[in-house]
Amino acid sequence: MSDITIPTSEHADDHSHDHPAWLAHHFDDAEQQFDSGKLGMWLFLVTEVLFFSGMFVAYALFRSLHPEVFVYASQFLNAKLGAINTGVLLFSSLTMAWAVRAAQLSQQKILVSMLAMTLSCAAMFLGVKAVEYTHKWDLGLLPAGMYITQGVAEPNHGNWLQILCIPAAVFAVIFAGWYLFALVGRNRFQLQIAGPLLVASLCFFAGVQLGVFLESGESHGDAHGSGHGATHGDHHEGAGDHAAHAIIVDHMVATSIPGQAFPSEVFVDPKRVGIDEPEINQRGRAGIFFGIYYMMTGIHAVHILGGMGVITWLIVKAARHEFHSKYFGPVDNVGLYWHLVDFIWIFLFPLLYLIR
Amino acid sequence: MSAVISKPLVAPVESAKEPGNFLTHTSGFLSWALTLDHKRIGLMYLVGVMSSFLLGGVLALVVRAHLFYADGAFLTLKQYNQIFTLHGAVMVFLFIIPSVPAALGNFLLPIMLGAKDVAFPRLNLSSFYLWVGGAIFFLVAMLTTGLDTGWTFYTPYSLETTGPVVLATMGVFILGFSSIFTGLNFIVTINTMRPPGMTWFRMPLLLWAIYSTSIIQVLATPVLGITMLLLMAERFLGIGIFDPKLNGDPVTYQHFFWFYSHPAVYIMILPAMGIISELMSVHSHKGIFGYRMIAYSSVAIALFGFLVWGHHMFTSGMANVTTIVFSALTFTVSIPSAIKVFNWLFTMYKGTVSLTTPMLYALSFMFLFTIGGLTGLPLGALSIDRHFHDTYFVVAHFHYVMMGGTLVAFLGGIFHWWPKMVGKMYNELGGQISAGIVFVGFNLTFLPQFVLGTRGMPRRYATYVPEFEFLHQLSTYGAFLLGIGLFVALGVLINSLFRGKKAPTNPWGGATLEWVCSSPPPHDNFSKPPVVGDPYDFRGLEYDAREGGYVRRK
Repeated sequence: MSDITIPTSEHADDHSHDHPAWLAHHFDDAEQQFDSGKLGMWLFLVTEVLFFSGMFVAYALFRSLHPEVFVYASQFLNAKLGAINTGVLLFSSLTMAWAVRAAQLSQQKILVSMLAMTLSCAAMFLGVKAVEYTHKWDLGLLPAGMYITQGVAEPNHGNWLQILCIPAAVFAVIFAGWYLFALVGRNRFQLQIAGPLLVASLCFFAGVQLGVFLESGESHGDAHGSGHGATHGDHHEGAGDHAAHAIIVDHMVATSIPGQAFPSEVFVDPKRVGIDEPEINQRGRAGIFFGIYYMMTGIHAVHILGGMGVITWLIVKAARHEFHSKYFGPVDNVGLYWHLVDFIWIFLFPLLYLIR
Repeated sequence: MSAVISKPLVAPVESAKEPGNFLTHTSGFLSWALTLDHKRIGLMYLVGVMSSFLLGGVLALVVRAHLFYADGAFLTLKQYNQIFTLHGAVMVFLFIIPSVPAALGNFLLPIMLGAKDVAFPRLNLSSFYLWVGGAIFFLVAMLTTGLDTGWTFYTPYSLETTGPVVLATMGVFILGFSSIFTGLNFIVTINTMRPPGMTWFRMPLLLWAIYSTSIIQVLATPVLGITMLLLMAERFLGIGIFDPKLNGDPVTYQHFFWFYSHPAVYIMILPAMGIISELMSVHSHKGIFGYRMIAYSSVAIALFGFLVWGHHMFTSGMANVTTIVFSALTFTVSIPSAIKVFNWLFTMYKGTVSLTTPMLYALSFMFLFTIGGLTGLPLGALSIDRHFHDTYFVVAHFHYVMMGGTLVAFLGGIFHWWPKMVGKMYNELGGQISAGIVFVGFNLTFLPQFVLGTRGMPRRYATYVPEFEFLHQLSTYGAFLLGIGLFVALGVLINSLFRGKKAPTNPWGGATLEWVCSSPPPHDNFSKPPVVGDPYDFRGLEYDAREGGYVRRK
């Protein structure tokens, strides 16, 4: 059922006879067109690597100059969420590669569903990321210029997560409406587009749920960020929690030496346990780490958004049955781009989250 | 239109029935605004780039006029800062970088290669609109409040000034993408769109130069992009990387900036060198001397250019060893540059040199570029740079290379390919006069600045000690003379549009493929892949008085 005959629209335009519709007029043949596209995409990826390289260099410089800052500050990052996002992206790379394969084999349905899954993974990634970001904004873990020294003043809590959810909610409503509209009108083409978009926008909320759950559901053993992700401004904890924290505080006071890393087995929310690290816990120190963190992950997230845009474009084209075994260059090239975005994250995750 | 079908490859002697060319292929505003034709995009770039040049040139004249008196003629100090900043930024980002590759390169590259178009025509058009968008950001920055950081946006001043740094850097960011996409397009075009027979070593040297330039554009410009983005983030959020108040490091900014901006000077000069290779050979009517060495030296300059950025920062604070390494690497760049100059000289040797307008510009280039190149060597030497850093010696040096080099070659290129682009011959005497005035005016402007620099006149100062007044006044006179020469050149070109004779297919006797197309070329360049030969084989090309140009005898 997935094998669909290659559309023969050779005579649909005013090109000469040996030029099918999918072959641009200035190319001699399909091979030249494919090679050009592929070389162009690889060059673009080179520019992307160099684009990120500036931030990697900044990271390397500041980490080599201030290793203790990076060890200190990275503990505010939730490695679990980072790991889950890594898994989500790796899985999306699998589905993307599968989509390329499906396009090469003219498997129309598999192509659309694989693209849809890739898109959904991307949305889920952003959902988790939204929880991570907003949680840090609540704590005042911001770039140097706005960094709020932890444990000194109560940072301002905003409804950041809700605000970030608004665009996704708007998209979800629009796509749901579109889906229903297409369902009523029995428009298969529109269904093939609206369906994946609806699922993807819902996946954003799945990511948010997952993030909120993991950011809040770790009160025993690792106390990182208790209560902040789930309900903003909610600081009520059970008595058992307090007992756990007291133990951790004792542990920290006993072992912490200025300028040295915290015990690695304990996830600490320094605001609550009141660690005094005047050297590091300030704008020009930990703040620079967060400056670099937000730039790297933020620009990566922008690339995810861009990738979602082009995958959506691919879904539209795939729903129009434009890809087949003789013409699959765009799927292939977007796949390359997607793998690069994934690849960069594979570097970001250990560099930022796993500093011990 | 179907007029593109049968265009003879050899110069048509009968011109009775006139097939459509790319200018008349379609008409109307949208047919230009939405065109995917590389030739029209090239012409649109040419108009945009020359308008920016006019703006930058007027700003330069304002600066020079102000410096006529030691206490400054009419600008406040703040205005002076804003005007030299805009002069530099407009000239670098809006004029020189896109000048040869985007304007002439767009027009010529596919034709010289024998292709129908660049590999990605839509990307090509978006590059143009990105350029327009970036230019608008810049102009808005100018019209709202003045930018006064210099074109380099050095921190920490760029973080503190009230000027529109974010707007301007956003413009640079956008312009950077325009440049990247142009470079990417050209690399892919040269790699995949060569017709049968067009091997790498049959490509005209301009294409080698543009290819090398494109490599730099693709590899260096993204670093500028991220630098500008980080600078914007530093201003908006205070990420702390560049801001000393937040423990950041301004020298890191300088490293980031020059990692792009030094290779960028080769983006500016390499395509100009490519033009000179064409002009020297065609107007000497003799094959280029040392083809392979010129081709390789372009690539070598592109690669060496990435390793020398530190020589802008000898006085900024670097380890001694680092400065020595950067200094030594800097000298290596002079080797491929000298190879080119010697090869051009030997191309003229025993050639039949016609002193046409393009050739006069090419000869000016040889003279000015050699001075500019040789004065770069003392600047690369550590001990001398201590004294010359940030003086007028530096200003004169890079103006000799950028203006005496790139601009003069660009003008020569415009005069050389003007008949091809618009199909009209210009007044030869007028062109020659313009070349003469430009040459004299240029030297009068910048030779005194070398002297000023060695005597310690610092750059970017709005006022100076009275002892320097005479040399400054010479320089100002020269600048206005230069301006007159450029307006003469502009007048000659515009006049040709209305009064010029119809251009023959091959007015100069060139052997590259663009001289096989009619002037102006048809919409599709070549209806079938052209016959590719040696681009510098002038045997068999003879002047035909009836045709008004050269034709190939069988």
